Amino acid sequence: MSSQHHLVWNGELTTRLRLIRRGMYLAAPGMLWILLFLALPSVLLIVVSMTTRGDYGQIEWVFSLDNFTRLMGYSSYGWSADYLWILFRSVWVAFWTTLVCVLLAYPLCFHIANRAPEKRYFWLTLIIIPFWTNLVIRAYAWLLVLAPQLPLAKFAAVLGIIPDGSPLYPSAFAVYLGMVATFLPFVAMPLYANVEKLDWALVEAAKDLYAGPARIFWHAIWPQTVPGLSVGITLTFIPAMGMFVVPDLLGGAKYMLVGNLIQQQFGTSRDWPFGAAVSLALMVLTLVGLHIHRTKGGEGGVA
Amino acid sequence: MSLEAYAIYKNYGEVEALHNVDLVTERGEFFTLLGPSGCGKTTLLRIIAGLELPDSGTVMLTGGNVTTLPANERNVNTVFQSYALFPHLTLFENVAFGMRSRRLTGSVVTEKVMAALAMVHMEDKKDRLPSQLSGGQKQRVALARALVNEPEVLLLDEPMSALDAKLRHAVQAELRQLQQKLGKTFILVTHDQEEALTVSDRIAVMRQGRVVQCAPARELYERPVNRYVADFLGKANIIAGRRAEGGVETELGLLRLDSPPTWEQGELAIRPENIVFHPERPAVNGLRARVSEAFYRGDRVEVWLEPGNLRMSAAPRRGIAKGDEIWIELLPSALVPLHE
Amino acid sequence: MRRFHWLVPFLAVGSLAFLYVPLLAIAVYSVNASRFGLTWQGFTMKWYQRLFANEQILEAAWNTLFLAGVSTIIATVLGTVLAIGLKRYPWSRRVYAMLDINLHLPVVTPEIVFAAALAVAFGLLRLVFSVFEPGMLNMVIGHVTFQVSFVALVVGARLASISTDIEEAARDLYADNAYIMRHVMLPLLKPGIVGGAMLAFTLSLDDFVISFFTAGPTSVTLPLYIYATVRRGVTPEIHALSTLALCATVILVMLSERITRKTNKE
Repeated sequence: MSSQHHLVWNGELTTRLRLIRRGMYLAAPGMLWILLFLALPSVLLIVVSMTTRGDYGQIEWVFSLDNFTRLMGYSSYGWSADYLWILFRSVWVAFWTTLVCVLLAYPLCFHIANRAPEKRYFWLTLIIIPFWTNLVIRAYAWLLVLAPQLPLAKFAAVLGIIPDGSPLYPSAFAVYLGMVATFLPFVAMPLYANVEKLDWALVEAAKDLYAGPARIFWHAIWPQTVPGLSVGITLTFIPAMGMFVVPDLLGGAKYMLVGNLIQQQFGTSRDWPFGAAVSLALMVLTLVGLHIHRTKGGEGGVA
Repeated sequence: MSLEAYAIYKNYGEVEALHNVDLVTERGEFFTLLGPSGCGKTTLLRIIAGLELPDSGTVMLTGGNVTTLPANERNVNTVFQSYALFPHLTLFENVAFGMRSRRLTGSVVTEKVMAALAMVHMEDKKDRLPSQLSGGQKQRVALARALVNEPEVLLLDEPMSALDAKLRHAVQAELRQLQQKLGKTFILVTHDQEEALTVSDRIAVMRQGRVVQCAPARELYERPVNRYVADFLGKANIIAGRRAEGGVETELGLLRLDSPPTWEQGELAIRPENIVFHPERPAVNGLRARVSEAFYRGDRVEVWLEPGNLRMSAAPRRGIAKGDEIWIELLPSALVPLHE
Repeated sequence: MRRFHWLVPFLAVGSLAFLYVPLLAIAVYSVNASRFGLTWQGFTMKWYQRLFANEQILEAAWNTLFLAGVSTIIATVLGTVLAIGLKRYPWSRRVYAMLDINLHLPVVTPEIVFAAALAVAFGLLRLVFSVFEPGMLNMVIGHVTFQVSFVALVVGARLASISTDIEEAARDLYADNAYIMRHVMLPLLKPGIVGGAMLAFTLSLDDFVISFFTAGPTSVTLPLYIYATVRRGVTPEIHALSTLALCATVILVMLSERITRKTNKE
C-alpha cells in the first residue's frame, strides 16, 4: 500500500487523480457552457469595442480606440458631454433608487415581522408577487396610472406642472417611480430575512440606556440587518444601472440611461463597436460598484 | 483475535495524529479508546472503519489484512457521533439500508430489520422519519442500523456525547448489557472517563497520537502508569519522593508500598478513597494531619489535609470537620509508583 | 407584538399600495369596454375573448413556455451536475476560486452587457454557421447560460447542508458510488433541484432583455410581444394578457411556497 497515491474521500477509497477527473467530468459541461456563451463573448465584446463601424453597419476590422474617445465626448464636431451625462445619470438614478428602496424596505419589513407568525406568509407573499411579475408588465402598468385621464396627472395639471390633458410620462419622475416600484421587493426580501431574526433584547438594552430612536436604530438594529441589506443593495444598484425597460417605456428620449444607449447601438443605430464600448463602460461601473460595496460592506460587518 | 492494528502512523500536514499505535482486541470484548479531543482516538477509529487511510501500518480483521480494503467492503459498522441517519428514509429503511445496498431483498430483510428495531425497543416507530425522534432514540436507531449487518466489530464514535447526563447513564448500562448479550466486539471512542470505566472490559488511554496505557478498566484506575493516566481517570494525590530502604522517602515521611518503584527518584500516586481515617496511630504509613477544608458532597466528604495538601474522601458519618487533627493511613497496597 | 411609531405601518401599507396600484389598474382596464383611451365605459370580457382568438399571442405564449421548458431542463441537469462536481471534489484552492468566479459571472454581469456580448458572439458565429440566425436556438443558449448558474448556486447551497457524515455512513453500510448517488444524494438534493428548476423556469418566463437581443421574427415571446405592442400605444388585449400573466404569477408563487413549506417539514 502507499498513501501517496490512495486516499479516502467521503468514505470512498480512491486516488486524487481519479477524484479530480470525476469532478472535472461533472463540472465541465456547465462550466464550459458559461465559458463559451458568456466569458468568451465578453472577450469578443472587448475586441469588437476597438473595431470600426462599416458604412452598412457591419464590423470593419480596423482597430482603434475611437469608440472610447467618442464615449468621452470627443468627435469631429468638438467635445460634448452627452454620453458622459448618460453614464453619470445611470449611476445617479441607481443610487437614488437604491436609497429610496432601502428607506421604504425597513418599515415594510418591520411591519411584516410584527404580524402574527401565521399571517406573515400572506404579507410576505404580497412582496414576492410583484418580485416575480414580468418587468415589462409592471413598467407598462405605470403608463396607465400616469395617464392623463387619471387623478395623478389631473392633480399635476391643476398644480400647473404639466399642461392639462397630457400624461405624466415620459419624464424623470416616471422613471424614478418605475425604478423604485421595480426594485423595492429586491431590497425588502433579503432584508426581511434579517429583520425576522432580529434580536430585540439589544433594542431593549438600548432603551434601558435611554437611547433615542435614531441611536437605537443605528446601534441596535442596523448592524444586525447588514447582511440582508448588503444583498438587497447589490441586487438593486447593479441591475438598476443597466436597466433598460423602465427608462425606455417611462423616460423615452427625455431620460435616457446607459441601457437604452446600448440597446440603441445594437438596434436602430447598428453600431456594434460603439455599443460594445458602452457595454464595457457599464461593466466597469458595475465592477467599481461591487468593489466599493465589498470594501464598505466589510466595514459594516465589523461595526 | 478480532481486530488488530499494528504500527499505525498518520499525519495531517505537520500534525502527528497517530504515532506508532498498536491495538489488539479480543473477540467479544468491549474495548474503549479514551483521551481528550485531538488525541487521535477518532482518527484511529476511522482508520479501522476504512474512512481514513493510515500513512503506514497494518489493520487486520479476523486475521485478514484489511488496511486497503474500502469501507463498504469491510465487515465493520460504525455508530457516528452525529448518528448520520438518512433524513429522507424511515427508521425501517434506515436500518434496512445496509442490506438493500447489498441488493438483499425479501422477507429476510424485513425480519432482520424488525428484530434489530425490537432489540433497541423502537419497533413501534418504524415508519417515523429521523427528524421526529429525540436524541436518545436516534442513537438507538443508529445502533440498530449498524448491528443489523452483524459486523465483526462495532465501532462507536462518542455515541453519547449528544445526550444529557441522566440519559447517558441509562444508555451506558444498556449498551453494556447489549454487548454482553450479543457477545460482539465493540470499540468505543470517548473522552468521558466515567463512561469508559462503566462499559469497558479494557481501555486504551491516548495522548497526542500515542497509546499511554492499555489495560483492563480496574487496573487502569488502580495502577495508572503515569501522572497523565492518574489525572485523566478520577483524582489522584501525587507525592514526590526518593527510593529508600523499605519504601519511598517523601515530605510525609517514609511511605511503604506493596510494589516498590524501579526508579531512584520519582512520584507516587494514591486515590483519595485510599487515604483512610484512623482513630489512633496506624501501624504503617500513618500520618497526623490537620483538616484545612472539608466539603460535604452528600455521599462522601471531600477532605483537604495538611501537610502535603492531600485530598481524602471520607464517609460523612465520621463527622470530620475543618480544623480537626486526625490520624490517617495511606494504604500501602494503593500507593502506586508512577513512570514517565 | 411590538408597538412602532404610526409611521411604520403607514409607510408599509403605503409601499404595498404603491406596488399594487398599477397592477390593479391593469386588471381594471382589462374589463373596460372602451377601445381607445382610459375612461370607464362599462364591464366587458371581450378583450379576453379576443386574446384567445389572437394567433400571434397564442404563438408567443407557446414560444415562451417552450423556451422556458427546454432551457430549464438543460440548465437543471447541467447546474446540478456542476454543483456536485464543484462542491464535492478536492479542487486545489486556486482552481476552485477560478471555477467559482466563472460560475458567478452570469449573476454579476448586468443583463444588458450579457445580452450585448451574446449578440456580438452570435453575430460573428453567424458568419460561419447559419444556424445562429436570431431565433429560438440563440434564445435557449442565452437563457441556459444564466439559469445554469442559478441552479448550481441553489443546488450547491443544499449540498452544503448535507454533511459528509451521511455519505460516510452510506459507505460504511456497504453502498457503492452508484447506490449512494441514486439512494442518498439525489433524494437529499431533490428540494434544491426542484427549487433551482423553479427559479430557472420563472427567470426564463420573466426575461426580457436577453430574449430581446437574441429573438428572431418567429420566436417572439410574450414579454417581447407585450413590449412591442405597448410601445405603439394603449391596447386592451394587452391588459387582458397582463392580467392573466399576473394571475399565473400569483398561482406560481403560491405553488412554490407550498412546495418549499412541504420540503421544509421533511
